[in-house]
Amino acid sequence: MKTNEVSILVVDDEKVVRESLTKWFKEDGYNVEGAENAAEALKKMQAKKWDILLLDIKMPGMDGMELHQRIRDLDQNPTVIFITAHATVDSAVKALKNGAYDYVTKPVDPDYLSHLVSNAVKQRQLTNENIRLKEQVSEHEKSYEIIGKSPQIQRIYKLIENVAATDTTVMIRGESGTGKELIARAIHNNSERRFFPLVTLNCGGMPEGVLESELFGHERGAFTGAHYRRKGKLELADGGTLFLDEVGNIDKKTQMDLLRVIETKQFTRVGGNEVIKVDFRIISATNRDLEKGVKDGTFREDLYYRLNVFTIDVPPLRERTGDIVLLAEYFLKKYSEQMGKPYECFSDDALDKIKAYSWPGNVRELENAVERAIVVGTPPAIKATDLPFSLKEGVNNTAPAGSLEAMERHHIQKVLEEQNWNISRSADILKIDRATLYNKIQKFGLKKPS
Amino acid sequence: MSSIIRIYNSSEINSRTFDGFSTTLRKVFSVPVSIANVSLNLEDAYDNGREQYNSTALLAKLLNTFDTSNNKSIIVVDVDLYIPVLTFVFGEAQLDGSAAVVSTHRLKNQYYGLPKDDTLMEVRLEKEIVHELGHTFGMYHCQDYECVMKSSTYVEEIDLKKTVPCRACQQILDENIGKKSRIE
Repeated sequence: MKTNEVSILVVDDEKVVRESLTKWFKEDGYNVEGAENAAEALKKMQAKKWDILLLDIKMPGMDGMELHQRIRDLDQNPTVIFITAHATVDSAVKALKNGAYDYVTKPVDPDYLSHLVSNAVKQRQLTNENIRLKEQVSEHEKSYEIIGKSPQIQRIYKLIENVAATDTTVMIRGESGTGKELIARAIHNNSERRFFPLVTLNCGGMPEGVLESELFGHERGAFTGAHYRRKGKLELADGGTLFLDEVGNIDKKTQMDLLRVIETKQFTRVGGNEVIKVDFRIISATNRDLEKGVKDGTFREDLYYRLNVFTIDVPPLRERTGDIVLLAEYFLKKYSEQMGKPYECFSDDALDKIKAYSWPGNVRELENAVERAIVVGTPPAIKATDLPFSLKEGVNNTAPAGSLEAMERHHIQKVLEEQNWNISRSADILKIDRATLYNKIQKFGLKKPS
Repeated sequence: MSSIIRIYNSSEINSRTFDGFSTTLRKVFSVPVSIANVSLNLEDAYDNGREQYNSTALLAKLLNTFDTSNNKSIIVVDVDLYIPVLTFVFGEAQLDGSAAVVSTHRLKNQYYGLPKDDTLMEVRLEKEIVHELGHTFGMYHCQDYECVMKSSTYVEEIDLKKTVPCRACQQILDENIGKKSRIE
């Protein structure tokens, strides 16, 4: 904070004191003004915010103590220093108890006054910086929030909490748009590695050589167009976390190289000889059935087991219907604020439409739908016609077509998951007794997820 | 541009001492310097209670007594100076104005119970004259402890300073002097 960014208001009824203090601090480059009484000071404080207030105690009319009380009612928090010619222990104690920064008697030693104000400015600067950083951290945390109150999402919170504290390799499985990257971020941000980078590499649709170069980096002249040495994602993730998205798309050669790096924690850049040692944690994500890939021989079994030490299965949105409205309202608030549109709610028909849709694109589709509705709609409420999807495209009825038994199995499983496998609550909802529910679970071979 | 810096010596310092300061002043402010011995009655600035002289009152006296238009004037005195809210000051100046005052009183070693050292006192005086005149050219305090524009509240701090501004302050000073010159 430069001195010309610091504002000081000198409140003293003695003109000579007011002017000499104003002049003294102006020479230091501060932005200084004077006020001859409490009324003028309050007027100046309503007009702009002041950083430091130098207050005389004894003034005609409202005295400095009373003015200090009044200032506390205003929406600003200046650092108050009392300067008085009539010092008493009582007034000093009272001033400091009321939150004054310091209390000095006139005449003041110039060195003491300079240091006093300079320290007050430094303390103020640190306090403001602390508040700003806290806000930034809180914003940062908020931006990676995973929204949901359903038992399924509660279970995921628990898994994140458990695994974040360890250095275990994690595989996140789920359909596209379910928020796998958010979960990876949440694990990283809650881990010991949070002060190091989280480096994301999307392995989908990348040609063999490009993915290799992205992961390991390359030396100058390693291939045509490699004009400069480039660090790979593995090197960049040193100390932190490497998030491999769409890991099922890695080609066979890179699978082998990656396996070697995971095992040895060292590698060489493409076209280089220097062995680089790295310390990272891997979190991978896939929307493919990797076990099938292992059976088909398209994904190395040893790499699969290396990556899949701890699994988090993210349910599709249609399986946590209880969260749909909560998420929609979250996105409504987020985008209304971003776009400066005063939306308050969804209309009833819009909510019915949102609930009835099956959301094949999951949370990402819901977010896009709400954002678009905010753009095209008119506040204060989102209407059904503002929503960009048609119920013909995907009514929330994903029960398998076919036998009645398959329908029954699917329904029981859905209710159990929604109730976090609470047998009593599930039995109540299904309108059957608990023994019957146990029989059905056994009959259909349903298992509570570990 | 101010046509001249006028030093009014109302102290016991030999006026030849100021000739030595002229080189520095011309180098820093790029204007000619004139020195005059004057005898001013300072009693109306005296405060019986504090046994000190009000430097702001002395500034007013300087402005009333001499023609300070279109120049920068500084008066050198021997008496102990104060401004009402502070216990003492080494000097005072009008920020971006035309008058300044500086005292040798607290620049002398004897004030601190140390052996007399005229050479040291003169070096201190030169620095304080440059400092206060710097304010009249619109200069603020600098954080560089070697810069003449650093605020000094102890005499030892004056000893740490050089007699000239730091490079950054000199640049600002040159701009201020140039700006004034263009306006005038």
